[in-house]
Amino acid sequence: MTNDKKPASAIEVPETEQKEVSAEQSLFGRVTRRSFLSHLGAAGIAATASPVLAVTTTQESPVVDAAAEAQAPAGTVPVTLRVNGKSHVLRLDPRTTLLDCLRENLNLPGTKKGCDHGQCGACTVHVNGQRVNSCLSFAVMHSADEITTIEGIGQPDHLHPMQAAFVEHDGYQCGYCTSGQIMSAVALLGEPVGSSDEDVKQAMYGNICRCGAYPNIIAAVQAVRRTS
Amino acid sequence: MQTFQYSRPTTLDQAIHGGAKSKTAQQYADVRFIAGGTTLVDLMKLDVEQPKQLIDINTLPLERIEAGRDGGLVIGALARNSAVAHHPVVLRDYPVLSQALLSGASPQLRNMATTAGNLLQRTRCMYFRDTAHACNKREPGTGCSAIGGHNRTLAILGTSKDCIASNPSDQNVALTALEATIQVQGIRGKRSIPIQEFYLKPGSTPNRENVLEPGDLIVGVTLPPPITGARSHYLKLRDRAAYEFALASAAIVIKVNGTRIEHARVALGGVGTVPWRSHEAERALHGERADAATFRRAAEAALKDAQPASENGFKVELAKRCIVRALTMSTQSA
Repeated sequence: MTNDKKPASAIEVPETEQKEVSAEQSLFGRVTRRSFLSHLGAAGIAATASPVLAVTTTQESPVVDAAAEAQAPAGTVPVTLRVNGKSHVLRLDPRTTLLDCLRENLNLPGTKKGCDHGQCGACTVHVNGQRVNSCLSFAVMHSADEITTIEGIGQPDHLHPMQAAFVEHDGYQCGYCTSGQIMSAVALLGEPVGSSDEDVKQAMYGNICRCGAYPNIIAAVQAVRRTS
Repeated sequence: MQTFQYSRPTTLDQAIHGGAKSKTAQQYADVRFIAGGTTLVDLMKLDVEQPKQLIDINTLPLERIEAGRDGGLVIGALARNSAVAHHPVVLRDYPVLSQALLSGASPQLRNMATTAGNLLQRTRCMYFRDTAHACNKREPGTGCSAIGGHNRTLAILGTSKDCIASNPSDQNVALTALEATIQVQGIRGKRSIPIQEFYLKPGSTPNRENVLEPGDLIVGVTLPPPITGARSHYLKLRDRAAYEFALASAAIVIKVNGTRIEHARVALGGVGTVPWRSHEAERALHGERADAATFRRAAEAALKDAQPASENGFKVELAKRCIVRALTMSTQSA
């Protein structure tokens, strides 16, 4: 659930999409299908000036880049977001939801878009430790918040106990609802929830699973609760 | 979605003066306050709401839940639904409110949604939410697609020939039974609005849903002191056991003294165009014995003037049984 398959140039996030594309071409042997398609899209956006164009810089201490400001597309606003402990300085179309910002602007596609209307829970992230639907909030509203995504709660070589439990209890099939389920379940650990499976169902009903992995999801959640 | 100017005022006055520039506080307001966003962002994605300006009020100091001077409770406008539902004083003194909140939405939505935003939630009528269909609530005079269309989930009380959209809220039904007061601050100062006077039935202007004017900002909700010896209950009936709006719901606050009902408040959800206070049911309960026959008479009185549409006639009997069951549950021995 990290970006470790992406070429290093994409993670460092250069100032313009053109730089990303040319760096991509020089690392052709390490291109993945996802990175290839996302850069095709970026080249297309640069050519057609889509309304959701944005400029992104990622630094440890956020600084507004003067060159990036000068190139800022019309109608965008400055936003600084703290995600998984890192600050990101962005210019975004104000209509950008937190969900789209995470996936499209910050290269954190672990959070999924299911319904885009707050009805499925696939987009669940933590804002200041509370679980929320990132599809129903604008990114620009979150500049004072600590945001945690699925990428931020564990790494492949150091899984969060909830992630490990989902693996052990086979708590997923297609995997599309899974990051939302895990983010919801991790937040649940800090909420007042009764001890029974029925209580867990009631606490998790904001995350739906078309594959029907519910019994195993509940088993995974209960396993972690028993050891906490 | 139309783009918008975004601002985040640091004081109440800035927010109010910003909001006052709007041509209306009702449907199609050009300036909107945004807090949790769970209704507004949803409707903006559907182009049902198209504000040109969003005023983010999340950093205003309106989230506290604290005792009122009269022994009641003051709930700040920005108190999140989850915070209110789990608050010890709400659980102890106004459990119907906690039950109502926890029956609605999802944990994620409850963490985002605010008390005041919940007061202002909009109908789930499929035609209101789809700009491809005529809707008098969005554009008065264009017609009501629900009358003669799909109306299974829509209202049977408070309807008009122009609109039958149901109010889907749970919180507001409980607040109605608790006789809450809505505290508003606007360009002309502060005022207190009893919840019964806050909502407008559709009539011939279904686009006007409440008495707010441009610049009006809900700052809190006050609950009167709890009635000693009263019990309360929220019963929600719906197609699924969770994550679904009410087909019919009832909020009851009731006190039985000896064998007689001394105090009764009945409010209905899912069946009214607004959160529905049933004085008819209350009159049938007051002073009577707390038994099945009384409860059934109250239910009949509550639904006497019901006007079902082509697909929601079942709601008349469903709402009656909901009232009877809720009254039974709130009066049976613990």
